[in-house]
Amino acid sequence: MNGSGPDFEALNAQISDAVLKRPLERRWLAGFLVAFALLVLLNIAIGWLLIRGVGIWGVNIPVAWGFAIVNFVWWIGIGHAGTFISAILLLLHQHWRTSINRFSEAMTLFAVACAGIYPLLHLGRPWIFYWLLPYPDTMRLWPQWRSPLVWDVFAVSTYFTVSLVFWYVGLLPDLATMRDRAVRPWLRRLYGLGALGWRGSARHWQRYEMAYLLLAGLATPLVLSVHSVVSFDFAVAIVPGWHSTIFPPYFVAGAIFSGFAMVLTLVIPVRALYGLKNLITTRHLENSAKVMLATGLIVAHGYLNEHFMAWYSDDPAEEFLAFNRAFGPYGFVFWMVMACNVAIPQALWSKHIRRSPLALFLIAIAINVGMWAERYMIVVGSLHRDYLPSSWGMFHPTFWDWATYLGTFGLFFTLLLLFIRLLPMIAMAELRKDVSEGVHK
Amino acid sequence: MSAPLHGLAAEFLEAAEVLVAARHAREAGYRAMDAYTPFPVEGLAEEVGLARTGVPLAFLVGGLVGGSLAFLMQSYAAIWDYPLNVGGRPLFSWPSFVPITFELTVLFGSLCGVLSMLALNGLPRLHHPIFNLPHFAERSHSRFYLCIKAQDPLFRPQETRHFLEGQHPAAIWEVPT
Repeated sequence: MNGSGPDFEALNAQISDAVLKRPLERRWLAGFLVAFALLVLLNIAIGWLLIRGVGIWGVNIPVAWGFAIVNFVWWIGIGHAGTFISAILLLLHQHWRTSINRFSEAMTLFAVACAGIYPLLHLGRPWIFYWLLPYPDTMRLWPQWRSPLVWDVFAVSTYFTVSLVFWYVGLLPDLATMRDRAVRPWLRRLYGLGALGWRGSARHWQRYEMAYLLLAGLATPLVLSVHSVVSFDFAVAIVPGWHSTIFPPYFVAGAIFSGFAMVLTLVIPVRALYGLKNLITTRHLENSAKVMLATGLIVAHGYLNEHFMAWYSDDPAEEFLAFNRAFGPYGFVFWMVMACNVAIPQALWSKHIRRSPLALFLIAIAINVGMWAERYMIVVGSLHRDYLPSSWGMFHPTFWDWATYLGTFGLFFTLLLLFIRLLPMIAMAELRKDVSEGVHK
Repeated sequence: MSAPLHGLAAEFLEAAEVLVAARHAREAGYRAMDAYTPFPVEGLAEEVGLARTGVPLAFLVGGLVGGSLAFLMQSYAAIWDYPLNVGGRPLFSWPSFVPITFELTVLFGSLCGVLSMLALNGLPRLHHPIFNLPHFAERSHSRFYLCIKAQDPLFRPQETRHFLEGQHPAAIWEVPT
């Protein structure tokens, strides 16, 4: 029976049927097996690391930080787009966020999970990682409050917890929809437990909306602070190329830049494979591309600023660093960064390209690669040749460096594929509201 | 003859309809009622009787507690319990305490706010009489309900049913307890 109102039932059906009515597909299973194999590889890599120690990686003196930090910053940066889409775009009344916010928040959680492994693993003795936390211990020790590495512990833990809470609160009404639409009794009970008995009471909605808005309000400065704290890992050190006040805004913009690139890389195939093109339209892709272009320009400004300050500072170590980045042994990394992060994204000025899913997919992959290369350039490029030439060295990643990195892809995609299979990918309750108010699309 | 009633519910197809019905019910003097919608409808909570929520206060209190705890913990450790003399620099290096203080403000504020939202809503509560309304499970995610509870002093089975019929709903249901 369809009255004069919008067809909410069709909307509910389209989104929840992707979970409840689709059979186990071969291509999902194939993807899951590959992801799971990589997850097993991650376990092996971590196990071998714990047995033999950090020497299995390519780190040495002077390059004491290698893949672990590069990948930590890369994964955390990717996570920031999810919070940007959920929280900041909500506060800015950007209704186009509704089709992609659930998926991006899930992506954030899984990316932060991958990132969070690295600060623990890169410790010399990862099994005493808890010394970084303020707990009453027999040695009467406290963490070093003045260190950004300790700030990271609090920042990343808070970010993961608040993102999880934000995601779950957003899921509550949708879990109720899943509970009521599921056919198998054990599935109804599982979703029902998760839904906490949600019944859509107007009183409940009022408190819920208030909590959701305030969470968004808290998450907004949080996303800015987390990547700023991560940038402090570098900026408070006196290593040339690191000690720069441009780092916090440059890193935050870079995080949103790479995060949106990852969102597009994932959402473009998923919307095609799951028949969601009417809900995740080219308008959503185009708006994401615009955000990518804007943040890419801020990142480009960051590069310009670094080189300007290197020249303006008249410091021989800074000047050498700027030269060595482009023309030293790791010069190819620098040029890859310029190509992928500065040159290629300029294609997004074209409306035709912004509305082409294939073009966006390729550009997004280029940006993800470029942003990884940028972190490599920052970490290895600065450490391998700093003040004392007799200490100069080179960094070569080992098999275990790559194995751990690929293994984190396994963790990420295992979790993502499970999410697609078990939970509604699009926020149904929010979408119903937007459709009812006529602000969707 | 019939089972003890939780209330009478009217089913509507559009958000605007349930809002108007709730307003009329409030003007008619009914107080013990609730509405059930697939998404939040602006103004509806006030019509069914919810004035202000304690949620913002919970966020604020949680945030203040978290921030104070973080700052005091760091100060106590840095000044009294584990002072480190790093080149004679001041022990109360409060600017370096700001990042952790900020993070714990956000963390405690969020957790306290969300938990109090759930507690004020009485969740988790896995069963409620409204689920006894026939077809509520399937339809509550695409239809809008206004339920006038039997415990309301003005509730009379015939008069209240007549009043709800005047709101032109798609259907009227009896909700057993």
